[in-house]
Amino acid sequence: MDIKVPAVGESIHEAVIARWLKKSGEVVVKDEPLCEIETDKVTMEVIAEADGVLSILSQQGETVKIGAVIATIDDRGAEAPAAGAAKVAEKGHPSPPMSPSGRKLAREMGVETQDIKGSGRGGRVTREDLLKSEAVPPAQAEPAPSREEPAAAPASPAGERVPATPETAPAAPPAKGEPVQRTLRKPMTQIRKRIAERLVSVRQNTAMLTTFNEADMSQVLLLRKKHGDYFQKRHNVKLGFMSLFVRACCEALQEFPEVNASIEGDDIVYHNYCDIGVAVGGEKGLVVPVLRGAESLTLARIEQQIAEFAEKVRNNRIAIADLEGGTFTISNGGVYGSMLSTPILNPPQSGVLGMHAIQERVVVVNSEIVIRPMMYLALSYDHRLVDGRGAVGFLKRVKEYIEEPEEMLLES
Amino acid sequence: MSEEIFDLVVIGAGPGGYVAAIRGAQLGLTVAVVERRETLGGVCLNEGCIPSKALLDSSELFHLARHRFAGHGIEVAPPSLNLGRMMARKDDVVKKLTDGIAFLFKKNKIRSFAGSATLLGADANGVQQVEVEGAAAPVLGKKVLLATGSEAVQLPALPFDGDSVVSAREALCFEQVPEHLLVVGGGYIGLELGSVWLRLGAQVTVVEMLPRLIAGSDGQVADTLMRSLKKQGMRFMMGGKVAGVEKREGELQARVELEGGAQEIACDKVLVAVGRSPLTAGLGLEKLGVQMAEGRIRVDADYLTSVPGIYAIGDLIAGPMLAHKAMEEGAVCVERMQGEPSLVDYGCVPGVCYTWPEAASVGRTEDALKEEGIPYKSGKYNFIGNGRARCMDETEGFVKVLAEADGGRLLGVHIIGPRASDMIAEAVTVMSFGGSGEDIALTMHAHPTLSEALKEAALDLDSRAIHA
Repeated sequence: MDIKVPAVGESIHEAVIARWLKKSGEVVVKDEPLCEIETDKVTMEVIAEADGVLSILSQQGETVKIGAVIATIDDRGAEAPAAGAAKVAEKGHPSPPMSPSGRKLAREMGVETQDIKGSGRGGRVTREDLLKSEAVPPAQAEPAPSREEPAAAPASPAGERVPATPETAPAAPPAKGEPVQRTLRKPMTQIRKRIAERLVSVRQNTAMLTTFNEADMSQVLLLRKKHGDYFQKRHNVKLGFMSLFVRACCEALQEFPEVNASIEGDDIVYHNYCDIGVAVGGEKGLVVPVLRGAESLTLARIEQQIAEFAEKVRNNRIAIADLEGGTFTISNGGVYGSMLSTPILNPPQSGVLGMHAIQERVVVVNSEIVIRPMMYLALSYDHRLVDGRGAVGFLKRVKEYIEEPEEMLLES
Repeated sequence: MSEEIFDLVVIGAGPGGYVAAIRGAQLGLTVAVVERRETLGGVCLNEGCIPSKALLDSSELFHLARHRFAGHGIEVAPPSLNLGRMMARKDDVVKKLTDGIAFLFKKNKIRSFAGSATLLGADANGVQQVEVEGAAAPVLGKKVLLATGSEAVQLPALPFDGDSVVSAREALCFEQVPEHLLVVGGGYIGLELGSVWLRLGAQVTVVEMLPRLIAGSDGQVADTLMRSLKKQGMRFMMGGKVAGVEKREGELQARVELEGGAQEIACDKVLVAVGRSPLTAGLGLEKLGVQMAEGRIRVDADYLTSVPGIYAIGDLIAGPMLAHKAMEEGAVCVERMQGEPSLVDYGCVPGVCYTWPEAASVGRTEDALKEEGIPYKSGKYNFIGNGRARCMDETEGFVKVLAEADGGRLLGVHIIGPRASDMIAEAVTVMSFGGSGEDIALTMHAHPTLSEALKEAALDLDSRAIHA
């Protein structure tokens, strides 16, 4: 039985084999994870579809196309030798002929050469072809075709997002006294490369600004204290802040539709729905799954969905479909203790809300100095289509909904 | 001794080790090399490739002057041999090249340590400690690259005595031309050194266990080479085994067991060249738990052994024991340490036997393709039809090109003939580019050159050779 790279999403054509969990010749059982593959969006496991002896055809670090056979499982019994499979791997030439320096450059660029039209003799992909293929990054491509639109790049505070795939490189031993190794050079993973590309492209291709406000969390905390236990019993999920912020954002987005819009060519596309991306922390880093039609979800449903996403992320089962689309993003730097930060846009979205840590601070309420649990809020927005008035107004509405949650709860 | 912690400590300054050291220095690493020999360059420069080629070239000139000048219309008195001069020239070639490596080390700021190395393992900080014989303190490095190479295999029935039963090292330095040299092993080394002494006037008999020469080479090439060497006067005892030697009245008597029965052969020198084994003894590998596989050190794609921080290349690891393979691995190993996506193209390792005619090959043999059931086509061209070969009066041999039956990608090229060692480079290049027979056929080759034979052989893949 052939083990193929599973389809993970519409715009994903290839993946990198991050790590084989099993060895060639090893006996595997159906549903056991065989390897981890990494795309520029997500890391996931490939599962054995039958019992038998595994023969690996594509090695760790190789870039493989979706649907490519990366291993076979011989289900005739454990004695079957793996030699046959090795022969298959040697035979045939899946890639077009290339020069040695071209092959090295392709490995360096992490490019699968089958996708590139070669201009050399016999369809050879030349170094120039490779360099040209890189020179047209998705951001600069024609606006119309959506082939490689950076649509669903997981957005969140720039730094923390990346699944640092645990490489098996010998860990640098902890330095005692003098440092042993002053630098460690490692090739970027596919995901890291893509993220780097996209973050820079956001900076270059949008007019991003950030506006700040703060929210008094007293009422929300009180609400949670009063109804939290009952909520958990009834819905089997904890009442978190996230669902309240999602609700607050949905309400505010309907009032300020430009924050929920995006630019396509010379048009502004307004969305009559709120697909809200929420950052979910996993063992390997952050991913940003999308709550579809969040404006019509109950708080309980929102919390349940977030919990499901978290579970999927933990098990490497999150699908690209879970990450695609999204009209607005909420990122909670507060879980890492951030006091204040400027979140980065997730194009083509025009707004991203940054939540932060709750701290007791001295504030003035009704001309009196009081101590209140406060949270700074940040909204980064694309100034090309969102005016300062809209951005500030939106954030102020979110603040008001959070400070007086009854209003939005009664309204929905 | 220095307290310096080097980025890389290379053990062995042979072709694998010195290339790795220089490449490491180029990439900005601080590099130390530990070498037990007094001069750099390893077996290759000191007692292998280089001195043997120096003698092959000298002895060839001698042979030409003796046997071929007349045919070209050059009449000279029969030349006489000054073996001392010939050996001195060889030693000078070796010295110039080993000094050259020393110069390159200096230029690249590579520190050399003289003495045998033993790995003591990593300290608490992960720094590898390498004990150097006779040195007060160990050499310290973040990474250690083992490149100690190999040594001649000794046969139990024929222990080396340094005088009459010898390895290639001694056979490069005989003080006089042996009367009868018995060569045990019909591989590259045996045939090359056998050729040297044959040309200088010795009687040479090669005893080979297998029914053919140069195991693993193309069968047709091996047959042609044997015919040619026989014509030159070399004698062969195929399927034979030397059971032992005895010294009787100053003469050696070798007992050769053949299929039909045993035979005694009188000779004065026995060269045992039956293979080489990796030089791992004394490095302390067992103690560190460095894992072996089939007698060689097991490494991963980064040439990392089973012990973190310890790498190995060349004859120590799997693959053909060839200097150029070790050199490639040395450079690639260091580049990979620095994060470059370098690879050794093991499908394109050329192999050369520097006899006359020379035999050179790259890729798969016809026998291997048949065995694996890979559909192929073959093109062949004999040097006898090549203008330049005619001019040189070197018309023995042929070029054989093997290509995929459909697609035409080259699978292997086998050449026996004049300067095959240089001609094979074109085939290696084309194969490295994933080229086809047609690529060679469409490329202009200068006329008249030997290289036209390769083009004709490529044309012959589609039965369209012009000069055939």
